[in-house]
Amino acid sequence: MTTQTPTLNAFEGFPTVASPGVAAVAFIPRENYKAVVAALKADGFEMASDVCGVDYLIAGARTLPDGVKPERFEVVTSLLSMSRRIRVRIRVQLPDLDPTVDSLFELYPGTEAMEREAFDLVGIRFAGHPDLSRILLPEEWEGHPLRKDYGIGRVPVQFKSTPGPR
Amino acid sequence: MVIDEHITTVSRPIWPTEETSEGSQELFPRTSTDPAELGREVGAVLRLPEGPTLDPTQIDIERSDDETMIINMGPQHPSTHGVLRLMLELDGEVVLRTKPIIGYLHTGMEKQAEELSFIQGSTNVTRMDYLAPLHNELVFSLATEALLGVEMPRRATYIRMLMTELNRISSHLMWMATNGMDMGSTSMMIYGFREREMILSFFEKTTGLRMNHNYIRPGGVAADLPDGWEDDIEVICNTVETRSYEYDELLTGQTIFRGRMEGIGNLTAEEALALSVTGPLLRSTGVPWDLRRTMPYLAFDEVEFDVIVGTYGDNFDRYSIRLNEIRESVKIVRQLLANMPSGDYRVQDRKVTPPPRGRIDSSMEALIHHFKVFTEGFAVPEGEVYVAVESPRGELGCYLASDGGPKPYRMHIRGPSFVNLQALPLLMRGGLLSDAVAVISSVDPVMGEVDR
Repeated sequence: MTTQTPTLNAFEGFPTVASPGVAAVAFIPRENYKAVVAALKADGFEMASDVCGVDYLIAGARTLPDGVKPERFEVVTSLLSMSRRIRVRIRVQLPDLDPTVDSLFELYPGTEAMEREAFDLVGIRFAGHPDLSRILLPEEWEGHPLRKDYGIGRVPVQFKSTPGPR
Repeated sequence: MVIDEHITTVSRPIWPTEETSEGSQELFPRTSTDPAELGREVGAVLRLPEGPTLDPTQIDIERSDDETMIINMGPQHPSTHGVLRLMLELDGEVVLRTKPIIGYLHTGMEKQAEELSFIQGSTNVTRMDYLAPLHNELVFSLATEALLGVEMPRRATYIRMLMTELNRISSHLMWMATNGMDMGSTSMMIYGFREREMILSFFEKTTGLRMNHNYIRPGGVAADLPDGWEDDIEVICNTVETRSYEYDELLTGQTIFRGRMEGIGNLTAEEALALSVTGPLLRSTGVPWDLRRTMPYLAFDEVEFDVIVGTYGDNFDRYSIRLNEIRESVKIVRQLLANMPSGDYRVQDRKVTPPPRGRIDSSMEALIHHFKVFTEGFAVPEGEVYVAVESPRGELGCYLASDGGPKPYRMHIRGPSFVNLQALPLLMRGGLLSDAVAVISSVDPVMGEVDR
């Protein structure tokens, strides 16, 4: 959108790439995630537009900048600055066995439902979330459907009891 | 004993104190409450027992010192606009805490999107927000085109603007209708549906369907505007504009209506921003944020319109914002009618757009392209993108990740109603149960989009 690249001090030292519609896409290690978002919030990013999880289990070669180790899961957070009229996107790599990342609830309470959705559908754990429970699926549902290894058609018909023995 | 000198040197305003059983406590103003803490306080993250985890023997029915009651509203309640379920904690008739429970309409559309090619994808997303299907198609198409890097013909852009603005009018008319019904004005319901019908008829004429159009596709729109569309648009504009003043007469000055709208469901700008609330809800708090104006997409920087903002952030502000946005959209549609460029209505790139039917009979290449586009679709370069448009309910975003194949690797829709619903506990807090219906209506959630 903007022609000149806006200065984003919070991203200094982290690999960034360009993408249409955003000022920068930054790859942040999960240890720095919350601190970087806090710095961005102090830098005029008033709103967290979106949080979503992606499972890169079966993706082929993903183009990542140097120094970013590809992991199975990714949390993608879009922040919006209304005063500067720019967006930024943060991609956090999360390992298969421990997909845990800090929750942004303390900084942006509006991420509550979005993080619950990412937990529900992709199985990302958000440390510090006040109520990390299923939001779209029933509470007793097993598995996370938007993972690539989720068995589609595993449950034949959802809202019927299993047929009894003949 | 070492006394920390810093404590005495820190200057801060002196707040009134109150003696409690836990010693004297300072009474801070409400504005000093952290938004996260406020969310906890009003029950935005309230954990109410539900489902099989609830043990009936654990319910303390003897608790007489606590006069609160938890009741369940929905998901079949007619005023919850679909299948929204609310758990309300009541003290008499006053709502203390609210927990929206969603997911009753969850059909796994984001998962399904991974199984559909990009050209089929808009048939999927159009079913999310069923009151503004063209906006869903638009945001998906814009995201795909951002990855493809194709340039839209100007006529396609203008047709998209025309159709989405008409859709905004019809969506807001639908809101006026249902809101009127919730407030007890059944005539408003009939009127709203009557005017919306005109726009739906035009959609049917143009796209073939009244809803779930699959009209805006990656690469342009499905068909050109029908013959004589100018006259239809003229009639729609004139009728809607005239009738919008009739609604004004019917509702705006109406004592009962104002009594039920004014000062109910207040939201401040800080709360709205903290909760990521967008659309008329955010604008009602006085924040002039409309993506059409602030971060223009399509060609919205070429048309004149006003961004309507409110002052108090109450139900009445949201009503007047929507009513005035109908007029602003009519204004935009009139400008589009006057300035509609001629030319192609879709990209002339055979890899993206199927060739016209007539060419297939005469050209082998056209036949091959047609076959390839519809069987395996077109490959979209690897990458990821987030595109947002202003839907009638707020910021509608689409996050699209492609691995270079003909199907999205991951498609995520940021539904404005899904996010806006988080403001519900805040809006309901301290209000009456009878106002709950008015508050739900003013948030304008579309459950198809919330649950996806």
